[in-house]
Amino acid sequence: MSKPSKKERKVSLAVRLRKELPFHLMLLPGVLLVVVFKYIPMAGLIIAFQNYSPMNGLFDQEWVGLENFRYIFSMPTFPRVIYNTLFIAVMKIAAGIIVPVTFALLLNEIRCNTYKRILQTIVYLPHFISWVALAGIFLDVLSMDGIVNTMLRNVGLQPIYFLGDEKVFPYTMVVTDVWKTFGWNTIVYLAAITGVDVGLYEAAALDGAGRFRQTLHVTIPAIMPIIMLMSILSIGNVLRAGFDQIFNLYSPLVYSTGDIIDTFVYRLGILSVQFSPATAVGLFQSIVSFVLIMLGYWLADRFAGYRVF
Amino acid sequence: MRTKGQKVFAVFNYTFLTVISLLCLAPMLNILALSFSSRNSVNAGLVSLVPREFTVSSYVYMLQKSGLLPAALVTVERIVIGLAINLALTVLIAYPLSKDKQTFRSRTIYVGFFLFSMVFNGGLIPTYLVIDQLGLIDRIWALVLPNAVMMYYVLLMLNFFRGIPKSIEEAAIMDGAGWLTTLVKIYLPLSRPSLAAITLFSIVDHWNEWFDGMIYNNHAEHYPLMTFLQYHVLNFKTSDLRPEQLAANPALADLEGRAIKSAGIVLCTLPILVFYPFLQRYFVTGIVMGSVKE
Repeated sequence: MSKPSKKERKVSLAVRLRKELPFHLMLLPGVLLVVVFKYIPMAGLIIAFQNYSPMNGLFDQEWVGLENFRYIFSMPTFPRVIYNTLFIAVMKIAAGIIVPVTFALLLNEIRCNTYKRILQTIVYLPHFISWVALAGIFLDVLSMDGIVNTMLRNVGLQPIYFLGDEKVFPYTMVVTDVWKTFGWNTIVYLAAITGVDVGLYEAAALDGAGRFRQTLHVTIPAIMPIIMLMSILSIGNVLRAGFDQIFNLYSPLVYSTGDIIDTFVYRLGILSVQFSPATAVGLFQSIVSFVLIMLGYWLADRFAGYRVF
Repeated sequence: MRTKGQKVFAVFNYTFLTVISLLCLAPMLNILALSFSSRNSVNAGLVSLVPREFTVSSYVYMLQKSGLLPAALVTVERIVIGLAINLALTVLIAYPLSKDKQTFRSRTIYVGFFLFSMVFNGGLIPTYLVIDQLGLIDRIWALVLPNAVMMYYVLLMLNFFRGIPKSIEEAAIMDGAGWLTTLVKIYLPLSRPSLAAITLFSIVDHWNEWFDGMIYNNHAEHYPLMTFLQYHVLNFKTSDLRPEQLAANPALADLEGRAIKSAGIVLCTLPILVFYPFLQRYFVTGIVMGSVKE
């Protein structure tokens, strides 16, 4: 058989294009919007290398090379901001896996299905509340006059300044974040537990394993892949410590331990109108996050056989 | 037969999980109780989980004197427009990308294009400048267009489409149906569970979003509900008021009251929370489909 001639190939290309044209048309509106609202801002990252003034056009600016990065890294507060971000984010990631897994395992032991469903409904609830409203709730509940400190005083303990004490603040962030997210995050693990082969439990029971040993030797190994997967996919979050939460709960009192990259960028960029230095910080964060996310995806594909698309 | 140890564990487990779930509810119940209590009992620290000196005056105040209702209208507007755009784009992107490479040769390029927009972003300032240059400041489009394509929804939908047997589609194509017809007539009717889940996610996301409302609006009367709550209710301090403002509107001094703030929080969250238990099934289906796949 001879190779297809140039003309034949052209025809098949035309046929394919005609066949695939509807796909391209379907994708067009989404592509346009993503170009305008995601890719053009990426191009706008060049203002990190400029001394940007809103008066002039994007290319009509003074170029300053890495000056903004030098300025940022020489700021005395910046290392602290990085440290706070990592500290809060890593604790949130760890607690955000341990607590939901434990809760899912315990919930699985509840035999009464109605009660199980009631518990689930309650613990999923905080997921649906915006951090703005939750911040309003915690600002009241955790204040000096709030219900928590009133109870502490009633049992003769010292009140704790949860949101105003720089030593306590990061832990308050971790605990309130877990409070909001753990219930919702159990869904994935519960689904995984439900999928465990019943035969494995029966075999373990025949070998004389009780419920506890069954959990230890059957359930946990069975859901280990999904636990690993969730851990790997959260690697990309180590520079994102939760802007919505911290912005609405912090105050100058706790900047030393509670100020994170995102709140820092907001104050620098929007409040102090230092567009270029703020963008430099944002670029730094985007690049590091990008590398970490790709690393996570690669690890997930390599070790868990999971592809995002 | 249960052993003694298992019974002890069961009792412990029921108690422990009940306490944990009550801890989830307690802060919300406390705020609810505060919002229905008189200002004096709130300030005296008497309110825990039940209202003291029951009154609805905080609600009357919030509804009558503050801009809560106009803000709620902005939120409804962004939900209606935003949901329509989110749904349409999610389906239109997920369908072609759910095809394999033989059927849609350019798939890889598009996947790369969308994936990159998901893992890398221009950040706060450049995005703001683009929205500003497009003249979208103070307009509803700034709240619906930047997040018109939600990759999380697309992934969810894509995984669902892939689960639909290919033979159904092949039969339709054999009968001469085009891709769009196949999508509308065959895929969409089969995708009700995931369309329901995405609808709910989109509504909740638009309802709860506040930051875009804050930075893309120069005028407070364009704020959606959550931005309104953040700006007017939570951050409000009577000490920020100038004497002439206070003289013109003495009621402003009441805004700092914890009861009034609590009423604001309840009004801004309750509409979502009331419906959620009835819709929980769809949410859960959605998240399970989106994250666990074969």
